Amino acid sequence: MGAAAAAGCPVVHPPGLRRTARDIAVMTRRNLRHTVRLPGVLLLSSIMPVVFILMFTYVFGGAVAQALPPAAAGRYVNWLVPGLLAQFALFAGAGTAAGLADDLAKGSIDRFRSLPMARVAVLAGRTLSDLCRSALTLTLISLVGFAIGFRWQTDLLGLLAGIGVALVFGYAWSWVMATVGLLVRTAEAVQAAVYIVVFPLGFTSAVFVPAQTMPSWLQPFAMHQPVTVTANAVRGLILGPGALPAGQTVAGQVGLSLLWATAITAVCVPLAVRAYRRTVT
Amino acid sequence: MDEPIIEVDGLVKTFHGGVRALDGLSVAVPPGVIYGLLGPNGAGKTTLIRVLATLLPFEAGTARVAGVDVGHDPAAVRARIGLAGQYAAVDDYLTGWENVEMVGLLYGLARREARRRTTEVLDRIGLVEAAGRPVKTYSGGMRRRVDLAASLVGRPAVLFLDEPTTGVDPASRRELWELIRDLVDAGTTVLLTTQYLDEADRLADRIAVIDHGRLVSEGAGDQLKDQVGGAVVELSVPDTDRARTMAALANIGADPHGSDSGAVVVPAPLGARSLHRVLRDLEAAGVEPERIGLRKPTLDEVFLTLTGHATGTPVSSGKAA
Repeated sequence: MGAAAAAGCPVVHPPGLRRTARDIAVMTRRNLRHTVRLPGVLLLSSIMPVVFILMFTYVFGGAVAQALPPAAAGRYVNWLVPGLLAQFALFAGAGTAAGLADDLAKGSIDRFRSLPMARVAVLAGRTLSDLCRSALTLTLISLVGFAIGFRWQTDLLGLLAGIGVALVFGYAWSWVMATVGLLVRTAEAVQAAVYIVVFPLGFTSAVFVPAQTMPSWLQPFAMHQPVTVTANAVRGLILGPGALPAGQTVAGQVGLSLLWATAITAVCVPLAVRAYRRTVT
Repeated sequence: MDEPIIEVDGLVKTFHGGVRALDGLSVAVPPGVIYGLLGPNGAGKTTLIRVLATLLPFEAGTARVAGVDVGHDPAAVRARIGLAGQYAAVDDYLTGWENVEMVGLLYGLARREARRRTTEVLDRIGLVEAAGRPVKTYSGGMRRRVDLAASLVGRPAVLFLDEPTTGVDPASRRELWELIRDLVDAGTTVLLTTQYLDEADRLADRIAVIDHGRLVSEGAGDQLKDQVGGAVVELSVPDTDRARTMAALANIGADPHGSDSGAVVVPAPLGARSLHRVLRDLEAAGVEPERIGLRKPTLDEVFLTLTGHATGTPVSSGKAA
């Protein structure tokens, strides 16, 4: 470092779309490195979906089987797996909030905010790396499900499309949780926020049982909330139109789920970026 | 004197709850120096760094860094600065090399250039061998050095160091001091905060003493010492004679606050003549000092004189550190 050290502006690329994309890639790679080098966390986060699928199949499977539409071919696991794909895509957001809270606590966000990088990159890098983790989790659910009797009733393409729809919705949701993580700031509070928001949203949906089996006051909410819409879209793609409530089409539910995802992203990306800019530690 | 590279004028920053962390602070830092911000906890040192590093908005006043107005063009400021915060903000699960390279890329360096500079800066900082290991295996001093390397990879014109040696063992501390000294030789201006008086004394070319968000005094270390009256007589007596000594010297301002337990410090505005007077008074009281001498006051003593309270005493419980 000679006299050039004091020369000033070190920016080589002008800020713009290309620079933003590169900053996002750098941040995504950083987060994925964390994931791979903390095998304990990856292992632990893989246990929950496995426990869920085994527990629900063997504990509730018998009781719920009667209420299932014929498209489930008499097996609860056929009904459950598409629902869990939607549910765990939703859970990925918990990692987003926790990861950001951790970066805040360790001072990493301060460093990033003092760098001449794209403002959206820390958040986009976080949500994208969580999307990768989520894709792994959903693959695991499909495989474990397959091992205990889950079979798609359409074709492999249906399963892949179903996972895709779940991931898109989960990605949109991770922006909600990014906002939450930046606002509540501590890992403990993130945990609480996840229990308060994500669990009720998951359980008052058609993920685990058909919404028609719920009390009439809950049904209007349970049938139309975004997790149900997404679960129905995934289910329709994997089990065929027979798995959907009367009057719904697979394309309609897929479209509606994607619409929800778009709307959530459109609202929450600006909110999260605003929260990031204003983060004061 | 050169045009200041950091120019702060009448800066005001109030936190929720009404704590005035910066209360009309004005400071001018000339280029190419190590400039020390000295003050107790809550004085506003860290707040000033955070404002200048574009991390905190402020209510009033102006701040310019490397010719750029912090309030108007924070993005341009970020391209010209490096920041190493109070806690080494390095990623435990990345290697030292990966940490520095990542920051280089985020400065907008082309990949090849980022790699070249990462190697170069790690070499400068003496971390070549450990560079391939995850940071979580590093000692506290090594973590600080990686953090410093990361803040340097963009070749900033101005480097902010917030308490760069807090929580570091004495040997690593001296190493860090040397590293920071070298940086200035390479042309970087360093603005650092410290609570350690010896650190400011040893490291900083100029020192601003800050208290309650205001500038108390500013100048080279020696100038600050001169403000307190030039010199002090320090003497030590057996414990049994201590009370008698204090009584004998009370009328010329003897102060038992001196750093050693048995020491007594007396202002010596007249230098050698003051020393003579002290010796005479002691003789009259029948006390023979074990050790006595004339010296320049320490920054501790300067601080006490300038602010009216010792450095260790927190003055406000706000979030402003």
